[in-house]
Amino acid sequence: MIEVSNLTKRYRGGTAVDDLTFTVEPGRVTGFLGPNGAGKSTTIRLILGLDRPTSGSAMIGGRPYGSIERPLTAVGALLEAGDLHPTRTVREHLRWLARSNGIGERRIGEVLEATGMSGAARKRAKTLSLGMKQRLGVAAALLGDPGVLVLDEPVNGLDPEGVVWIRTLMKRMAAEGRTVLVSSHLMAEMALTAEHLIVIGRGRLLADVPTEAFVASHSGASLEEAFMRLTSESVEFRAGGAR
Amino acid sequence: MSAFANAASAEWVKLRSVRSTAVTLSVFAALALGFGWLIGGSVEDAFYNGDTLSATFMGLLVAQLVLVTFAVSSVGSEYSTGTIKAALAAVPSRGRLFAAKMAAVGAAVAAAVLPVELAAFAIVQSRAGAGAVPWTAWETVESLLGGWISMTLLCVFAAAIAVMTRSTVWTLAILLPILFLSGQGLGNLDPIRPVVQYFPDQVGMVVMHMTIPGDPQFGRDYGAWTGIAILVAWTAAALAGGWFAMRRRDA
Repeated sequence: MIEVSNLTKRYRGGTAVDDLTFTVEPGRVTGFLGPNGAGKSTTIRLILGLDRPTSGSAMIGGRPYGSIERPLTAVGALLEAGDLHPTRTVREHLRWLARSNGIGERRIGEVLEATGMSGAARKRAKTLSLGMKQRLGVAAALLGDPGVLVLDEPVNGLDPEGVVWIRTLMKRMAAEGRTVLVSSHLMAEMALTAEHLIVIGRGRLLADVPTEAFVASHSGASLEEAFMRLTSESVEFRAGGAR
Repeated sequence: MSAFANAASAEWVKLRSVRSTAVTLSVFAALALGFGWLIGGSVEDAFYNGDTLSATFMGLLVAQLVLVTFAVSSVGSEYSTGTIKAALAAVPSRGRLFAAKMAAVGAAVAAAVLPVELAAFAIVQSRAGAGAVPWTAWETVESLLGGWISMTLLCVFAAAIAVMTRSTVWTLAILLPILFLSGQGLGNLDPIRPVVQYFPDQVGMVVMHMTIPGDPQFGRDYGAWTGIAILVAWTAAALAGGWFAMRRRDA
């Protein structure tokens, strides 16, 4: 379970996350939506202890991320899939992560298998396609067999088969009782994957509802239309004609 | 294994698994041994006056630049590639991650320097003929030990600076001119020598037997072991700065 309470992050230039409160429950896939610049990635960084909040807190299973011993065994995260050293191989990338949390060597083979990356284990990161980098990112997230998964835009760069694969994976993880938070701006994908939605705009909470109820409350429009209506006030960047 | 041992082990895998480590450390060895061979042929010249230790360290001082580049880029690449985020997610204790990183860089440099230094000295000795000095003479042991310690400390110093700047380019842009080029020339100018002689590279030269106390032009106000103490102070200051920077900033 992830509990975000009155979370706020201010930078010199402005406020990225503004008094955000929500809970991500286990056992279902929770979609984390918002227009570009809404604060999704900042919120995820705050949850993972990468940035420090100006005020408020983010707890995982009742504890701040930073106080969890061997955190990869509790929380698996996929951030920027491209954050890899270009000359390090797939296996060595997973190996240093495993070592850092005292995870056994055998588990590396298992996550490579689970993500279809076994054949690419000896490839250097710079030779991987974006889709393969995403798969490696998912493999890294699964390494510690965590009860909480946080995935930032995991379907970016995946081919249709990959999209189906990650959708199935997330649903299976949730069905196993894990907490799954997935951010995306692909509405059609979220409509298929997420049972629950958290929508933010300009750092503020706009909606925290089951996907079905969200669509229904916007008079049966598609999720995409419902999202556009809800966030129309908080879109920061828009092509000239649309205003 | 303890949490620190896990973190250090991960940092060790990181160092080992990138191509630049093998490349830079090989270039370091090739330069040090190559210079040793070349300079070893002229140990009898007036410049070295038969001093095989000076001849050995002349090559190592040049090769040291490559070693510093290795130490700095091993830290800088973590920021430029973005793997620092994964590293902090895996080891959220900033102090622990920083300590593990410095320990891994220091261990890698120490492991590379010792055999290269001994081999370079052996090459110079074999080329020096009658000029060869006994391996067991205290001056020999002291200089080789001092060289090993000072090159390792200098690399940890540079790696800690890289944590503060978070950039390979910036760190090298600051360190190379100040510490390695102007320092070696400017350290001999009387008006600024009282200050510049305490810069890390100058200290390294004293420790590595490149200057002899009392020499009118190259002499410094301190000896080899005081020099090591000064280097320890420099390294400690850089480590404190790096630790503070890592704790304070967002990833």
